[in-house]
Amino acid sequence: MTLEYTTGSPIRDTAAPTGPIEERWDGRRFAAKLVNPANRRKHKVIVVGTGLAGGSAGATLAEQGYHVVQFCFQDSPRRAHSVAAQGGINAAKNYRNDGDSVRRLFYDTVKGGDFRSRESNVYRLAEISTQIIDQCVAQGVPFAREYGGLLDNRSFGGVQVSRTFYARGQTGQQLLLGAYQALSRQIDAGNVEMHARTEMLDLIVVDGRARGIVARDLVTGEVSTHLADAVVLATGGYGNVFYLSTNAKGSNASAIWRAHRRGAYLANPCFTQIHPTCIPRTGEHQGKLTLMSESLRNDGRIWVPAAKADTRPPEQIPEDERDYYLERLYPSFGNLVPRDIASRAAKNQCDEGRGVGPGGLGVYLDFRDAIARMGRAAIEEKYGNLFDMYQQITAENPYEVPMRIYPAIHYTMGGLWVDYDLQSNVPGLYVVGEANFSDHGANRLGASALMQGLADGYFVLPATLADYLARTPLEPVDPAHDAVLRSESEVAERLSRLLAVQGSRTVDSFHRELGTLLWDHCGMARTESGLRKALERIPRLREEFWREVLVPGSGEQLNQELEKANRVADFLEFAELMVLDALVREESCGGHFREESQTPDGEARRDDERFSHVSAWEYTGVGESPVLHQEELEFEYVHPVQRSYA
Amino acid sequence: MKITVRIWRQAGPQQDGELVPYEVDGISPDMSFLEMLDILNERLILGGQEPVAFDHDCREGICGACSTVINGRPHGPEQTTTCQLHMRSFKDGDVIDVEPWRSRAFPVIKDLVVDRAALDRIVQAGGYITAPTGTAPDAHATPVPKPDADKSFENATCIGCGACVAACPNGSAMLFTSAKAAHLNSLPQGQPERDSRVLNMVAAMDDEGFGGCTNTGECVASCPKGIPFQSIVELNRDFLRAARRK
Repeated sequence: MTLEYTTGSPIRDTAAPTGPIEERWDGRRFAAKLVNPANRRKHKVIVVGTGLAGGSAGATLAEQGYHVVQFCFQDSPRRAHSVAAQGGINAAKNYRNDGDSVRRLFYDTVKGGDFRSRESNVYRLAEISTQIIDQCVAQGVPFAREYGGLLDNRSFGGVQVSRTFYARGQTGQQLLLGAYQALSRQIDAGNVEMHARTEMLDLIVVDGRARGIVARDLVTGEVSTHLADAVVLATGGYGNVFYLSTNAKGSNASAIWRAHRRGAYLANPCFTQIHPTCIPRTGEHQGKLTLMSESLRNDGRIWVPAAKADTRPPEQIPEDERDYYLERLYPSFGNLVPRDIASRAAKNQCDEGRGVGPGGLGVYLDFRDAIARMGRAAIEEKYGNLFDMYQQITAENPYEVPMRIYPAIHYTMGGLWVDYDLQSNVPGLYVVGEANFSDHGANRLGASALMQGLADGYFVLPATLADYLARTPLEPVDPAHDAVLRSESEVAERLSRLLAVQGSRTVDSFHRELGTLLWDHCGMARTESGLRKALERIPRLREEFWREVLVPGSGEQLNQELEKANRVADFLEFAELMVLDALVREESCGGHFREESQTPDGEARRDDERFSHVSAWEYTGVGESPVLHQEELEFEYVHPVQRSYA
Repeated sequence: MKITVRIWRQAGPQQDGELVPYEVDGISPDMSFLEMLDILNERLILGGQEPVAFDHDCREGICGACSTVINGRPHGPEQTTTCQLHMRSFKDGDVIDVEPWRSRAFPVIKDLVVDRAALDRIVQAGGYITAPTGTAPDAHATPVPKPDADKSFENATCIGCGACVAACPNGSAMLFTSAKAAHLNSLPQGQPERDSRVLNMVAAMDDEGFGGCTNTGECVASCPKGIPFQSIVELNRDFLRAARRK
């Protein structure tokens, strides 16, 4: 049981520029050294992942002339899970003239993240946001448009302006296709060497620098090493540690976890986001949860019956017996409060016995008033595919009866620690998109994930990575170097160990048990005793896994159970650090609600005195006490206040 | 519910395959088709057999990974993806045939998993816009008339699953290719490369071994995203025009 950890030396983001915040990114870009176009092709860069962050990074680096070697575990780079993001992408364009600005997007994001993100990073994100829209439109991303041909906008949770650009309910898909097409062009031009159905299983660190990866071809089972001048991880989040989540089934934590085991710090792993508008689960068989876009909260009204255990169908509950609790509790933001607030409010209603639907784990998201006001056609135009999807899954018609929603695990704000340049503490290892930690704090505002992925890939990384390549003498690595051979043999050995166990339990049964444990004790509400219980249970479950797991087949073929087993084994190690991080953070923050830390009226109470820092964990061994390095957060421009959406 | 699934089992590309029957009980109508396969797989594993390999990822009907022919139709009896097909579409006691995508251009890798990389290569031949990622003009600099934007969007909703190919008696990739072309060709941004895009993508489609299009329309009937037949008409028109101008 690792209740213990040791505190290591504090860390600082030494790459962060100082001076006026609006000049920092410009200053950093000017200070960054360049690589002459003729020399770029001599540099090889590995990019792992092909979602918004990885796809845009690979396409941009290749366009600049670097030789990119890219990997994804799906059969095509177009299938990365960014494809499933529905709602939209924020940008401080102020096309509506409703008071938006870079400064306001920056402010909303820092506040929405509950003051646990870095000011410099967030300001840069807000600044770049406008460029992203221009870039995507130039690529042919078909954003929603007004009658006159200009771009349409809508608003999202946690903000009071209309700054979200969208492509019906498929914004993620359309943005991803933009990046994928740009990447496809580079593949055809020979600038990107694409390895689909290939999974990264280890990081190769030579003389303290990231110089390559070990990967497994998922079709032939072949394990191979790939060497380069730098490695970029764009591998998404770890929400699947909960088993039931809105992530794709294949999304996993292996790449960041293996990098962590090779020395990269993992920051704020307990920061997971719970999304308020997910379709409630129907039974034990459930393997996946499906989200309904948060944009629905623009026009849908959320309510529960005012009386407990009221089982009448919704249309028989009269207006004065309904409780529109978000509009009542948070009148100025109403149904558009941020995700953490909306999620917890829904959970509270259900915990108190006013939940609706089977099992009482649901609240209504009702479009009756919007349909009466705008007409069914207008609702169809805005949300049609979401309504169809809901009907497909639940067999209920949301134009006629209210949707039922319940919170679910969605996005992870923690990830590998990076500096302002997106470089981890291992030189040459860059981390972009959801896989890093720095921009969203303890809670991500809706429509900000797409913004961060593309900002990192199209605009930030290309500048900062060039600086590293230009300044660092990088001798070729000998493929027979000890570090290379060691990483490769450790991967092979672990695969054969998994196959050799031949126990009596399926991989999924372990994954489900771990997920339930985490949801119960490290989910929307956490207590010290619950977290301690989980910390006791996880190592036992891990031990049982390595004794009892049953993986059929061999390693020299397509073996989906082996792939899963390998990932679940990582989740079993990762989960322990996640729970420890939650235990150490004795404050409520974002979606992470510590029951011991609340205001008299039940709202989350942050503790800035003790916890205004990033927790960056250093690995020391499986089940060994990790080392905690703290990075103090400074707020010069947005001063921490109790968040209020009333 | 209790059902019988007859599933195509094929150990590898070089091996022969066959339909193998399995009985699955305890099925709830609320389960998705893939959750039913999950249950079958857990039972197979515990019974000492190899689970059925199938492609899937998002299970939200958008990534396009799932790819099974169910009772002779790609994605099954409803116009949706396999991952969004629910068991309520079947009856207690049904016998359901489950096969991989059937097309020469999609070789079987194992069981229900096929290789669809040919679709990526069609996109690589010209399904993009050559905008550099430097400073792009302001997004409002080029208004796009709403009908054009809507048409572009409608075609951009293609998820690249390949059901159109699997449904086509000739194994043609015409609907996929025409959707990709129409997405970009409908926008002002897509005009500079319009001719070369169409010529190159059609050439790539032929090189990959997809069959010719004979306007049968099975593709449209099987497309989970409702890509319209009109896109094929336009691709033919664009192709002729581009070939004439060449």
